[in-house]
Amino acid sequence: MLLLVLPGFLYFVVFHYVPLTGYVIAFKDYQPYLGYADSPWAGIANFQAAFAEPAFWSALVNTLEIAGIQLVFFFPVPIGLALLLNSVLSSKLRRFVQSVVYLPHFIGWVVIVSIFQQILGGAGVLPNLMDDAGMPSYDMMTDPGAFPWLLALQLIWKDAGWGTIIFLAALLTIDKQQYEAAAIDGAGSWRRLWHVTLPGIVPVVILLLILNLGQILTVGFEQIVLQRDAVGPDSGEVLDTYVYYHGIKGGDWGVSAAVGLVKAVIGTALVLGANKVAHFFGQDGIYRGADR
Amino acid sequence: MALTAETGGATRTPAPDPAPAPRSRPPKRNLRPPWMEAPTRSGTALKALALILVVAAVGYPFLGVIGTSFASQEDIVRSNGLVLVPDHPSLEAYRTIFTGGVVLRGLLVSVAVTTLGTVCSLLATIGMAFGLSRPGVTGSRFLLMTALFTMLFNPGIIPNFLLVNGLGLYDTYASLVLPTMVSAFNLVVLRSFFMGLPQELFDSARVDGAGDFRILVRIVLPLSKAVLAVISLFYAVTYWNAFFNAMLYLDDADKWPLPMVLRTFVLQGRGMESVASGESPAPLQAAQMAVLVVAVIPILLVYPFLQRYFTKGVLTGAVKG
Repeated sequence: MLLLVLPGFLYFVVFHYVPLTGYVIAFKDYQPYLGYADSPWAGIANFQAAFAEPAFWSALVNTLEIAGIQLVFFFPVPIGLALLLNSVLSSKLRRFVQSVVYLPHFIGWVVIVSIFQQILGGAGVLPNLMDDAGMPSYDMMTDPGAFPWLLALQLIWKDAGWGTIIFLAALLTIDKQQYEAAAIDGAGSWRRLWHVTLPGIVPVVILLLILNLGQILTVGFEQIVLQRDAVGPDSGEVLDTYVYYHGIKGGDWGVSAAVGLVKAVIGTALVLGANKVAHFFGQDGIYRGADR
Repeated sequence: MALTAETGGATRTPAPDPAPAPRSRPPKRNLRPPWMEAPTRSGTALKALALILVVAAVGYPFLGVIGTSFASQEDIVRSNGLVLVPDHPSLEAYRTIFTGGVVLRGLLVSVAVTTLGTVCSLLATIGMAFGLSRPGVTGSRFLLMTALFTMLFNPGIIPNFLLVNGLGLYDTYASLVLPTMVSAFNLVVLRSFFMGLPQELFDSARVDGAGDFRILVRIVLPLSKAVLAVISLFYAVTYWNAFFNAMLYLDDADKWPLPMVLRTFVLQGRGMESVASGESPAPLQAAQMAVLVVAVIPILLVYPFLQRYFTKGVLTGAVKG
């Protein structure tokens, strides 16, 4: 039995725990040709250097801005879409729409960015249409100011449909008799939505919101790295791409490892904290569900 | 609850004849519970409009990409860059991208990595999930926690890079598979499914003299086809779309999988010189869209077969995770 477990276990140890020791270079003046052990110690100089660099702060601000916009504008979309789907009575039609909206979740970022380029980019559909209409053509893909919005738009296209799964499941757990009782008491469809449906999914919404807050320092690396150069690092750099470009591309190993470590530690603390809070609310949700 | 009757005091709006609402099918009688108001025309129309918009927002780009890949230069110019139905369909774009050799090689790399990677991932995940799903395995709690904790932190780019380098995997195909071989999420999904199988099955098989391995192969796996299908899809899609590992660990452009090729061709516009300079008869945009189609087709092909299992797979993980 243990033999079956072994390959998977080894994987987790080697690729998730062993790398943690690599963070030692955050405290060293790492020279690739000297290796981990022989590079001289640098104390906290790497951290000081990172915090003194405006590029780091700009990456942090961009990360928070992008995550914030996604939280406010992406997060509610799957809820709305789930409510819409839930209100479709014909199960055939509903299943068709579901299959369509789940699909983009399985498409890679490279493809999605390419498609957006084709539609919104310089030679794409939208600028051409605007041109025809006599408007000054506008290329959203290279507008630094629009970058966080572009990312949110792409995220909505890719994952809003997929995100409905969990809300649809929550909607299914609402007791149909509640709707019937509410209707008999004279509640119209909006009041039923407000007083029956929404309270029914609030626990799930809170849970996901908290878990999302825990992820606030992690915005999609692939999505951003593909488009960072189009808008420039001032608005396109986030913490993860900072580490990539300064460390692996730029050879500034120690400093970017320090940034990575700071991000990892705060990120883990946020996830743990979020889980704690979610546990608190989650308990509540399960309790209320069982109570009905 | 009788579903047939149209009566019921709760029908507040005097039911307008639900027959011909434009652009949407009138809901069938028996679908609507008796207490629910008959839908108003404007309500139905709005809902239909919303659904059509949603479906179009997802569908239009797909159809546009496919259409454009078959289009001629005039078609593309006339329809502003994305052609739904080309007037002069041709396969020129596909001929162009496959004669270059780069796309074909990327495709082969992607197919091989996806196949082998999915097999490795499945074997490791099944073994671990099965081993940890039965009571009485020594240290199983510790082993499980070791895996679950990895959901809470991410070692980050630099340490991962140093590790892959240190293991001598830099610029090898193995670097596309090993660093992301087992997903803790999939492990949890599969383990909770295995745990739901009745213990009696295992007991009786053991009485008949079957060992752990035989139980797994003969009893557990045949019962888990649906969940295995979903997990295979998740793994396969991850490998197929993977671009991060390739960007990080592959130096040699000959080893690039399709997403990396796609990036240089379509996003950076490099490597398409023969097309751009007009040597080849295919328009540049058609060739680029043809590469996109090649990258998306495998997903479109397997998607319909696996789609019905999604909810199950995702929710098992959500409850336990």
